[in-house]
Amino acid sequence: MATTATPPAPPKKVNRIGLEIGTYKGSKSTLCAGCGHNAISERIVEAFYELGVEPHRVAKLSGIGCSSKSPAYFLGSAYGLNAVHGRMPSIATGTMLANRTLMAIGVSGDGDSASIGIGQFVHLMRRNLPVIYIIEDNGVYGLTKGQFSATADIGSKLKTGVVNDLPAIDTCALAIQLGATYVARSFSGDKRQLLALVQGAIAHRGTSMLDVISPCVTFNDHEGSTKSYSYVKDHDEPLADVSFVPFFQDIGVDYDPGTTTEITMHDGSRMILKKLGTDYDPTNKVKALHVLTEAHEKNEVITGLFYVNTERENFLDLLNIVDEPLATLPESRVRPPKKVLDEVMEELR
Amino acid sequence: MATTHVAAQEAEAPTEPQLVLNDLSIQVATVNGSGSQTANMVLLRSIFQMGIPVSGKNLFPSNIAGLPTWFTIRASKHGYIARRKEIDFLVAMNPETAEGDVRELRPGSAVVYDERLDLKRLRNDCVFYPVPFDALVAPVCPDAKLRKLVRNMIYDGVLARLLGIEMEEIQRALYKQFRKKVKAAELNFNAARAGYEFADKNLQKADRFALRRMDATRGKIIIDGNSAAALGAMFAGVTVVTWYPITPSSSLCETLIELMKRYRIDPETKKATFAIVQAEDELAAIGMALGAGWAGARSMTATAGPGISLMGEFAGFGYYAEIPAVIFNVQRVGPSTGLPTRTAQGDILSTAYLSHGDTMHPMLFPCSVEECYAMAVEAFDLAEGLQTPVFVMMDLDLGMNNWMADAFPYPEKPMARGKVLSKEDLDRLGHFERYRDVDGDGVGYRTLPGTDHPAAGYFTRGSGHDEKAHYTERPDDYVNNLDRLAHKFDTARNRVPSPVIQETAKSEVGIIAYGSSHWATLETLDQLKEEHDLDASYCRLRGFPFSHTVKDFIRRHERVYVVDQNRDAQMLHLLRLEVAPEDVKRLRSVRHYNGLPIDARSVTDSIVAQEGEK
Repeated sequence: MATTATPPAPPKKVNRIGLEIGTYKGSKSTLCAGCGHNAISERIVEAFYELGVEPHRVAKLSGIGCSSKSPAYFLGSAYGLNAVHGRMPSIATGTMLANRTLMAIGVSGDGDSASIGIGQFVHLMRRNLPVIYIIEDNGVYGLTKGQFSATADIGSKLKTGVVNDLPAIDTCALAIQLGATYVARSFSGDKRQLLALVQGAIAHRGTSMLDVISPCVTFNDHEGSTKSYSYVKDHDEPLADVSFVPFFQDIGVDYDPGTTTEITMHDGSRMILKKLGTDYDPTNKVKALHVLTEAHEKNEVITGLFYVNTERENFLDLLNIVDEPLATLPESRVRPPKKVLDEVMEELR
Repeated sequence: MATTHVAAQEAEAPTEPQLVLNDLSIQVATVNGSGSQTANMVLLRSIFQMGIPVSGKNLFPSNIAGLPTWFTIRASKHGYIARRKEIDFLVAMNPETAEGDVRELRPGSAVVYDERLDLKRLRNDCVFYPVPFDALVAPVCPDAKLRKLVRNMIYDGVLARLLGIEMEEIQRALYKQFRKKVKAAELNFNAARAGYEFADKNLQKADRFALRRMDATRGKIIIDGNSAAALGAMFAGVTVVTWYPITPSSSLCETLIELMKRYRIDPETKKATFAIVQAEDELAAIGMALGAGWAGARSMTATAGPGISLMGEFAGFGYYAEIPAVIFNVQRVGPSTGLPTRTAQGDILSTAYLSHGDTMHPMLFPCSVEECYAMAVEAFDLAEGLQTPVFVMMDLDLGMNNWMADAFPYPEKPMARGKVLSKEDLDRLGHFERYRDVDGDGVGYRTLPGTDHPAAGYFTRGSGHDEKAHYTERPDDYVNNLDRLAHKFDTARNRVPSPVIQETAKSEVGIIAYGSSHWATLETLDQLKEEHDLDASYCRLRGFPFSHTVKDFIRRHERVYVVDQNRDAQMLHLLRLEVAPEDVKRLRSVRHYNGLPIDARSVTDSIVAQEGEK
């Protein structure tokens, strides 16, 4: 009987640190089929895999809501913390103070960040804490069955016919104004752009705020909604074509002068922004705010990288914390010797 | 010129008034923002430096400048350092309160006052010493702008002359207070001397009180509880401090900042071995502390009642997700904003069960500045050992007032960081389950984010979780977890500081007190014995959950008086929940809740009245 030789199994595909993509996946999503949040989780998986981030260095943090469940659905071997509603920013701050060698990725929603948690949101932006802050933005509260959130556009309509009569909070404009140093908006349906923006956020050491329009298929994907798949597809106006070149890839990119902006990130990676029509300088804060304000007036959904600042000192550097994690400094470095106590006692006599 | 106004001596029987030595209380009534703090501290320190046991209480308004403030100093050869209600020596500097202050005095008291106030007309059974403050300050302080601040030093000099406080000690205390500001010290001392000289020439001693050097403060220190707790936190090795300013806890973190900047900068890199962040509110302050605790840092925050209320949701998260952090609650008077600058023990129940659901928190009750220091050190070991938020229950009296104390001992034990698995542990074990009770004490093992092992990562959540930290809504998982948490709380019973019991054989009467009530209670024990021949036992609570010895103490006494500085007898109610139903009837309540530090006489009177009804 002839034996057929078993063909050798194809080598498993691994990233630059030898890990398979499976290592970067999480548990099965319990969100609705078609939920934009799942697509965002997939991009996070790809981005961390492609850049070869060690999962044990990652802290996945969230508040409460559909979006805040999603850290369970990516990077299963990383550390996760699902906190209380609207308070992910303070948890992220404490985590990074304790161990500055970690990479924190916070996932929040529009209710979590723009309503109950807006106080912590604005102060985190202001501090420029190194954290990737993703708002999975669908304009409604999903877990409580579809009430408007504060990012819902004025005039948009709920399934029940209720019309939103208050202006939306633009979390990107807020973030830029307050001091975040990497601010972008994307769409869960735009795989290419979103992946590049998440990778850019990983390469940045400062607050990276990504507002990702992520339609809620159950409560906000109908006619009259401005956060539905069809509405965003029709109104999406990318500022530029974004691509990302990681620091470990030595790829020369040819482009015609005047058509492309290149930004070198903290880790040496590069963001390449190819002009689409208008000139746009993402290092100009005033221009960024102008573009966002104008987009609101025109009812456009502008996406892309609005603002980058690689110069501003991040919060941990500002605090002048030692390079090692504070969490594990040995006793000899955190408990002053007896002579210090004696000195203090003498002053009090 | 008028000199001394001697009250009618008939009120005080002896013809040759005997001196009352080293046993008096002085009250200085001023307007806040007038710089009286320096004069009062110098007075306190001078008496302390003369070897006389002393304590000081600042009774101040919630205001920057212009409202009445009182500072009381008690000198006691017996070593009593609780507040005394009765005032012997009044310094009346505030026109607004002067008349009322004088009317409240007991016969035989003395009043030093600004002569313009003309107080002697009010009574004839006290001794009046008018002092022309403005006339005295002008020559020693040519700069009119500074006069308001320097003026108060004059009463230090007057009191020095009248009571026998040594001017050398006033000078020493002043220079200590001003440290390197020699000119300011000199200016102030000249004012004190002007007061002294005026009194020497113009006032004739007619009261009974005097201070004379003794030797009961050698080696001791003077410090406030907030500073003591800050010192404790530094020596506990705290690395992350997140806070939001609130009276009366602010100075705890502010002192800590100064200490850490001085003693916790890495000598080689000049970088900080700590992070201190002023948060945007108390919600963020505790959130940051818990984030840091989760990531493995020794973290803390300090607050007071309103902040505790805001921290409720996160406190429950810390309990359920099992994250260590230390929270200093420097209690003040509630409800709501209450009296922000007055003292109370008003958060006992709300802190014990802070947050919704079945939540409970360990609490420590320091009674002294020594314990503020020592329990601060201990709280971090407890929090990490039990993996839960631990509350250090101080109060305004303890935190913001200056107390005499023995020098603090250096921590004996090394830092105990609790059950944390390293990469090497995981190499050996292969895996771990975050919430599994491996050791039978209810406390699981944890890993810290950043641990380089494929099995190290886990998911922390405030929602339902099983032993493996997986999400669950299964009834049995929920019950198992809640029961384990209850068991862990039982473990805490023997880990929190044990009560201090001072028992008198066969006494029917016991007293239970905690925190700053200790000092009044000690004095009450003496008063009961001396005045009523009642030898009571005393159990001082130092931690919650209560140790079983507390229940035994209650059972051994017919009547147990629980001293609370709140209206609702909060500690008594907490005890009721734990003692056997047949023992509940033994518990009686002594409550003090007028915002002022508790005094022995009030406690004694309450107990005596209730004993009379028995």
